Amino acid sequence: MQAKKRYLILLSAGTCLVLLFYFGGVQLPSSGRNRHDRSHNGYRPDQPWPHFSDPLQQFLLWDQPDTEEYNIHISPRQKRDVNTSVYKGKRCRMDSCFDFSACKRNDFKVYVYPQQKGEKISESYQNILSIVEGSRFYTTDPGQACLFILSLDTLDRDSLSPQYVHNLKTKVQNLHLWNNGRNHLIFNLYSGTWPDYTEDLGFDIGQAMLAKASISTEIFRPNFDVSIPLFSKEHPRTGGDRGYLKYNSIPPFRKYMLVFKGKRYLTGIGSDTRNALYHVHNQEDVVLLTTCKHGKDWQKHKDARCEKDNAEYDKYDYREMLHNSTFCLVPRGRRLGSFRFLEALQAACVPVMLSNGWELPFSEIINWNTAAVIGDERLLLQIPSTVRSIHQDKILALRQQTQFLWEAYFSSVEKIVLTTLEIIQDRVLQQESRSTLMWNSHPGGLFALPQYSAHLGDFPFYYATLGIKPYPKFTAVIHAVTPLVSQSQPILKLLVSVAKSQYCAQIIVLWNCDKPLPAKHRWPATSVPVIVIEGENKVMSSRFLPYETIVTDAVLSLDEDTVLSTTEVDFAFTVWQSFPERLVGYPARSHFWDSNKERWGYTSKWTNDYSMVLTGAAIYHRYYHFLYTNFLPASLKGMVDQLANCEDILMNFLVSAVTKLPPIKVTQKKQYKETMMGQVCVNLTNDLFERWHPMTSSRASRWADPDHFAQRQTCMNKFANWFGGMPLVHSQMRLDPVLFKDQVSILRKKYRDIERL
Amino acid sequence: MCASGKYSSRGPALIPRMKTKHRIYYITLFSVVLLGLIATGMFQFWPHSIESTADWSLDRRSVHDAPLVQLPVSNPIPERGDLSCRMHTCFDVYRCGYNPKNRIKVYIYPLQRFVDEGGVPISSTGLSREYNDLLSAISDSEFYTDDVTRACLFVPSIDVLNQNSLRIRETAQALAMLPRWDKGMNHLLFNMLPGGPPDYNTALDVPRDRALLAGGGFSTWTYRQGYDVSIPVYSPLSADVELPERQPGPRRYFILSSQTAIHREYRAELERLKEENGEALLLLDKCSNLSQGVASARKRCYKGQVFDYPLILQESSFCVVLRGARLGQATLSDVLQAGCVPVILADSYILPFSEVLDWKRASVVIPEEKLPEMYTILKSIPHRQVEEMQRQARWFWDAYFSSMKAIGMTTLQIINDRIYPYAARTYEQWNNPPVVKWSSVNSPLFLPLIPPRSPGFTAVVLTYDRIESLFRVITEISKVPSLAKLLVVWNNQNKSPPEGEKKFKCPECTAIDGLSLDQTHMVERSECINKFASVFGTMPLKVVEHRADPVLYKDDFPEKLKSFPNIGSL
Repeated sequence: MQAKKRYLILLSAGTCLVLLFYFGGVQLPSSGRNRHDRSHNGYRPDQPWPHFSDPLQQFLLWDQPDTEEYNIHISPRQKRDVNTSVYKGKRCRMDSCFDFSACKRNDFKVYVYPQQKGEKISESYQNILSIVEGSRFYTTDPGQACLFILSLDTLDRDSLSPQYVHNLKTKVQNLHLWNNGRNHLIFNLYSGTWPDYTEDLGFDIGQAMLAKASISTEIFRPNFDVSIPLFSKEHPRTGGDRGYLKYNSIPPFRKYMLVFKGKRYLTGIGSDTRNALYHVHNQEDVVLLTTCKHGKDWQKHKDARCEKDNAEYDKYDYREMLHNSTFCLVPRGRRLGSFRFLEALQAACVPVMLSNGWELPFSEIINWNTAAVIGDERLLLQIPSTVRSIHQDKILALRQQTQFLWEAYFSSVEKIVLTTLEIIQDRVLQQESRSTLMWNSHPGGLFALPQYSAHLGDFPFYYATLGIKPYPKFTAVIHAVTPLVSQSQPILKLLVSVAKSQYCAQIIVLWNCDKPLPAKHRWPATSVPVIVIEGENKVMSSRFLPYETIVTDAVLSLDEDTVLSTTEVDFAFTVWQSFPERLVGYPARSHFWDSNKERWGYTSKWTNDYSMVLTGAAIYHRYYHFLYTNFLPASLKGMVDQLANCEDILMNFLVSAVTKLPPIKVTQKKQYKETMMGQVCVNLTNDLFERWHPMTSSRASRWADPDHFAQRQTCMNKFANWFGGMPLVHSQMRLDPVLFKDQVSILRKKYRDIERL
Repeated sequence: MCASGKYSSRGPALIPRMKTKHRIYYITLFSVVLLGLIATGMFQFWPHSIESTADWSLDRRSVHDAPLVQLPVSNPIPERGDLSCRMHTCFDVYRCGYNPKNRIKVYIYPLQRFVDEGGVPISSTGLSREYNDLLSAISDSEFYTDDVTRACLFVPSIDVLNQNSLRIRETAQALAMLPRWDKGMNHLLFNMLPGGPPDYNTALDVPRDRALLAGGGFSTWTYRQGYDVSIPVYSPLSADVELPERQPGPRRYFILSSQTAIHREYRAELERLKEENGEALLLLDKCSNLSQGVASARKRCYKGQVFDYPLILQESSFCVVLRGARLGQATLSDVLQAGCVPVILADSYILPFSEVLDWKRASVVIPEEKLPEMYTILKSIPHRQVEEMQRQARWFWDAYFSSMKAIGMTTLQIINDRIYPYAARTYEQWNNPPVVKWSSVNSPLFLPLIPPRSPGFTAVVLTYDRIESLFRVITEISKVPSLAKLLVVWNNQNKSPPEGEKKFKCPECTAIDGLSLDQTHMVERSECINKFASVFGTMPLKVVEHRADPVLYKDDFPEKLKSFPNIGSL
């Protein structure tokens, strides 16, 4: 009996299983089939939309006869004219309110009105104006200008503010170039006043574009206005502090998950969210603090929670919280934007936005989802669970992106202003504008100039992202300054050894010598083409001109007296292929802060680290030629030309400012061993090495000039001043061939010549 | 437990020992199950065509079975549509709420046939094939819910894809009659052909309160950024024509214009360009000798020469997409499908899915006024960029234009990304074609940072039982100033880690022949590499020829002045 029962149980269990499979088996494949082939399916009760099988009509007929008539008869030009005349004021767009014809092709020039006597201008606005005037966009000729900027201070339009400029309306109307605001850009940080803080500027801006902080989506005119961040009076004019993130920690969690410390407004606009924050505060990792102490008569309006909130508020330090929290809440204040936004960004504390209707800063170009959490004020209570649900990999990425964006677009007034201008320039030039990728990835839009190329693969920055590699050849550019008199001159030896490199595509000789070009037959016969270009003004900067003849991604820049072997060139080029955005060179130099003189010092001593490589022999991406020529101001390039010196320092500054990384030194043949040892014994701290160009034969060169060294020191300080800080970064690393000086047979070494003396 | 063990041990002899009655019983049971299984198999693998002809088991539904609803003339009409609507003002986010999957729930209203009091339908076409496809796709997707109370987004089954087939007032009344309409809150309408003669509005003219509009052909003045979704105009050719993907590269023609019915202003400009640049341009028009209909839609002519459309699009690097009465043109879809780079001349047009797609990498947008400069502008684009745009164009079509399903899913995903922005798809996910997704390298540590020495490093030492060398390693490494922590992973189950200083020798280490050990070791490691590469689908390792050394490594320089003097000396 027992046995039977067991069999029965076993069997019925088995049957059940089989039946389960049976039904499951029918279900699975048939639903899979539905996905492939829905036209054959009829209605099924568990199929919500019945997938009607009737012969249905198409929504669009093949030849669209309905609009054909119209297409042929209505003039598109007329249609455009109608649009431009209808859409004005609040409905302004570039198409209807901007005069493109004022911007001649490839020329985006900005005019700043001369400052009028007796007009007071706030420091912040003064900064903005001087930045525009110092930029490469500036023109003093209104006839050339594409964009106009007022010298009337429009930053603070809060009528209760001491900075408020009165009678702006008439003052603006009296400007003879005003033209109802057409092609004008108006900067504004504050608008409206207590209690409702409307976004009215208090004067008619006509067809002018607004670059405004705290702008709401309601008044923001897409692709016409620019939303800028709110910045304080103390915001640095140029350069600016770097982000606070010094290293990535994994897992990326900090002491607090989410913090906020700020005022709670008891009356007026912008209080709702802040009043509700206490619901989410948990005193542990979510610390949201508010104080009622605000204005003179806060006691009058205080509510039941004020005492408790104020006490809690005083227990925590804002800075400490900012630096030790993974997320920072950025709720709206009186206005939609707040200083807190930039503070959080700099502190690598991922902003959690609670400011419904705020058009985020530079929203036209920045994808904020990669650096912030865009919350909804209505869902405040869900915020903690939302931020907790964010995976740590994502947090790591968000945090790094805060730092990238901070340094690329926000760390100084200059960056904010230039970003604004570049955004407008992109709209004006259209064909030469940046893609979203260029704006949102290292090194950012200010360093990636779209005028250089429409192709991302032509830049040194996007190889990895696009999954491609730089072109595997280089162009050598030899800077010739002495006439060709003898066949044993170093330039000829150099030409031969460079041409022998398997990676050499062509050699360009830049003839910057006053003597006429030597005859063609004077140059040695090489397997690669040798192109001789006569330097335009025979100035130093011309060696970094973006010559169209340079067709390779890599440039090998050479002085005429450089001594290099083919092996050294080959090796350096293979190194560059791994680091296409950096400078790869041989002799290295270093900078240091001279605290006695309170200035930057330059040294050519043999130290354990370096921050520059000389461009008398260096490989780098050809994009840097374009950047050197088009990005740097005439003042710095002029200084280089005048001194005929420092061009290599400037190039190092530029590349390090872009990459935020040091250059790369590769090993080189030690053909000058004896001399060097001699010097070392005499005096290690001597700067003789500088004067004695390490790669030259003993020929005299510009390096022998006694002023040369002092000039380079001066250059450094001038450059650092323009860059708003010291972009150079030190490195302790030299890249050698893998078996370099290892105790294995020299025959096994690919780059054995480098070791041979 | 014990008993079952006993029976199972006798397993093979089980059946013969049973009583006949039971045997019959079991055999019957097994037969039934077996038959069931066979039937299932037959059902699953039966040729499909037979199933559909003998589709008796499924209840077929026809559009004509949908309930008829009569609209009283006096029924309310929604407001026209609020241009200031944004997600935070016109969208009820509480309906979506917190959702662990971060996915919105979409409800589709059941089909109804709306007629006016005279019994005339509100739409001349009724439900179109495309809208049916779209709703089917939504209902099959993970967004779908049949529970109206849990829905975040509502999709009416009233087809408004083509405004021309609609009676505007009645359609609006029908929308207002939807049970959850509530001023159009959280309702999504799909429209591809907006406006009507003579002025052809760029957005659907049907009054729709706060409903979101997924529209084809928005202009910058009607598009509510961050609220509406700009969608393509679906090309009916997409389903009918198969154009195999062509490798990017130079094509026979440089610029091709394939649209018919182009205004004479444009036609004249194009002709002028053709005169200047000759063979590089191909200007096609309708074939005059062909009768109307499908056949003529698939042909284009140039001076009596007949070309197959859209095949001819594959023969050109760039293809012109001019605005017509409407900004959105189905031609755009054909052009992308052909992997031809669209040259879009439609001022103020909001490109399809521009919220997420980077059109700069797939198209050239030229102001209508600059049509005469088109050739020069296009010539200035580097070849490699043209190739990338060709690839990108085709990828956009494959992923976002190719079917009503693709269009519908992309629209829902965009709205989903707005509601759960912290879980939004990334730029790379939207814009990188599969080939780039495979080959690109995106380091999780992408910020160029040179960390300071202060936090130092953690040493992790893996050990089995070679205590001696372990201690040597520990002694050496603990001399390093920036060592913050030392972690020893004891990887030996049989022995416990040593306490304090304990020395012993490992006899088997020396006993094994060094060479043979080395060889098996290398073979094993090669096998590992091959296995890993096959799992990764590619070889991620890269070969370099350089090595990092200290700046003054092996230089003839006093050792005491070097930061790392001992490197390289054994």
